[in-house]
Amino acid sequence: MQFMKDMNDKIAPHFEKGGRFEKLYPIFEMHDTGMFTPPDVTKTGAHVRDGLDLKRMMITVVLALIPCAAMAMYNTGYQALLAMAKGGAALDSWQMGLFSALGFGADFGNPIACLLLGALYFLPVYITGMLTGAVVEVGSAIMRGHEVNEGFLVTGMLLPLTLPATIPLWMVSMGMAFGLIFGKEVFGGTGMNFLNPALVARAFLFFAYPAAMSGEAPWIATNLQGIDSYSGATLLAQAAETNGALASYDWWDAFYGFVPGSMGETSALACLLGCAVLLWTKVGSGRTMAGVVVGTIAISLLLNISGSETNPMFAVPWYWHMVLGGWALGTVFMATDPVSSAFTNAGKFYYGIGIGALCVLIRVINPAYPEGMMLAILFMNMFAPLIDHFVVQGNINRRLTRNAAA
Amino acid sequence: MLEHYLSLATKAIFVENMALAFFLGMCSFLAISKEVKTSLPLGIAVTFVLAVTTPLNQVLNNVLLKEGALAWAGLENIDLSFLTFLTLIGTIAATVQIVEMALDRFSPALYNALGVFLPLIAVNCAILGASLFMVERDYTIAESTVFGLGSGIGWALAISALAAIREKLRYSNVPAPLRGLAVTFLVVGLMSISFMAFSGIQL
Repeated sequence: MQFMKDMNDKIAPHFEKGGRFEKLYPIFEMHDTGMFTPPDVTKTGAHVRDGLDLKRMMITVVLALIPCAAMAMYNTGYQALLAMAKGGAALDSWQMGLFSALGFGADFGNPIACLLLGALYFLPVYITGMLTGAVVEVGSAIMRGHEVNEGFLVTGMLLPLTLPATIPLWMVSMGMAFGLIFGKEVFGGTGMNFLNPALVARAFLFFAYPAAMSGEAPWIATNLQGIDSYSGATLLAQAAETNGALASYDWWDAFYGFVPGSMGETSALACLLGCAVLLWTKVGSGRTMAGVVVGTIAISLLLNISGSETNPMFAVPWYWHMVLGGWALGTVFMATDPVSSAFTNAGKFYYGIGIGALCVLIRVINPAYPEGMMLAILFMNMFAPLIDHFVVQGNINRRLTRNAAA
Repeated sequence: MLEHYLSLATKAIFVENMALAFFLGMCSFLAISKEVKTSLPLGIAVTFVLAVTTPLNQVLNNVLLKEGALAWAGLENIDLSFLTFLTLIGTIAATVQIVEMALDRFSPALYNALGVFLPLIAVNCAILGASLFMVERDYTIAESTVFGLGSGIGWALAISALAAIREKLRYSNVPAPLRGLAVTFLVVGLMSISFMAFSGIQL
């Protein structure tokens, strides 16, 4: 460590102003502050002291996402092997080739086999996203002269969790680049965007390549053609399709996450663990999450009461909505993104209610999309500044009348 | 019956949002969206004009312009529909003139803030658009009132959201070539992606 520190101090002048590699300063800074505590202190202006800086905050979110990532790998493998055991043909992919070359068979009871096969699908997607993210972030840091921010680590972790296992890697790269450039960098980088970059990336892929992102085929990494008894569709799609489709599934399976879906979205339990970390470290806003829960419960109860003869989704109870699709992942990790959510305390609650209500509404009444969490969050991201505006204006007016009365 | 009007209003506000689904009324949408303080009143003015002109035009269309509309005067064979655009725009311009005078009288500050864009509501494509949709879809007078009001609310909602976002973006470090209108175009594009949440809803 001491050796590396000496080395860093020795090469530092080359990267500072007037040095030979002045342009590459962001890379040096990233390495230096990543490995050591920098000696710089604030010299002017406000002296805010806090142990929590942007780096630590982003890393906390990444750590909180680890249960989801682990579950993503396990379930991806489990679903693929389960479908094979039911008669599906193995996909002709390098993942399967490597998997059987290592001596594993289609045994969904073997957790190591599940984890390994899942990792073979998840890690390439993750690494592709991260590499693209690093290129965009470092490139723009050098071009724009700002420091490398760790926001892309969170985006790079969130995006693969929302993608199906069978997505081609070039799409991952394309989506990530679109999300980071048009969702964030055009506004000046971390903290200056108004939409969640991971969701911008996913929405871009969803609308540009619907075949790879929706329908029945993508969710399970196994060829399902020829088996009638087994549907690869997500539970939400099945629930929208047939009456009482959820009755044949165990709620706990959906809670633990052993159902088909995007890689990291299936497990509400893993998201709950992440939620505990975010709340304990106060990185994620409990108000936003509470708002989403309230909105979801209120609207789904309303729809349960009003009922419908033609649309089976009306009857889905709120506790099912919470374990299906991306609800848990979105609530815990995407709605709480401090940059794109509302800033005011009251605003956060309203913003959350809007997300919960809209998510259920899209799922139930919009036949075009079986899942609504992504679009609900994007939609409320768009209105978060307006909510803040009205909350602030309301505070101002209230104080004015109070002082006028006094 | 009430359900029919409710779904028509929802459709006009969200599913077929004038600004973010049809991209109508873009000029003032982009120009007057720097502050919520001015864009919200503009949105209200547009909503008012829409709610008045759409039913007014509906009446004109049915008693004067449509083929066979003059039957009440004994002129069955006359088709004045070549005058449609002219008449619709005429109604709109007159209404806008009244709104303008009212604002000048009761809120001079707002009148000055809106500037040239207030009389330009007359040529706001969202307003002519609503009247033309009304003609095309054969709305009744009640339907056109609801449709005009809904379209206006949707447009007002969109411009207020854009204004709030632009107020927030004032603290952003947008690259120099993109500053101003260019980044606003990007914002509007991203907003309309979010508005796709409603596309496909059948009401």
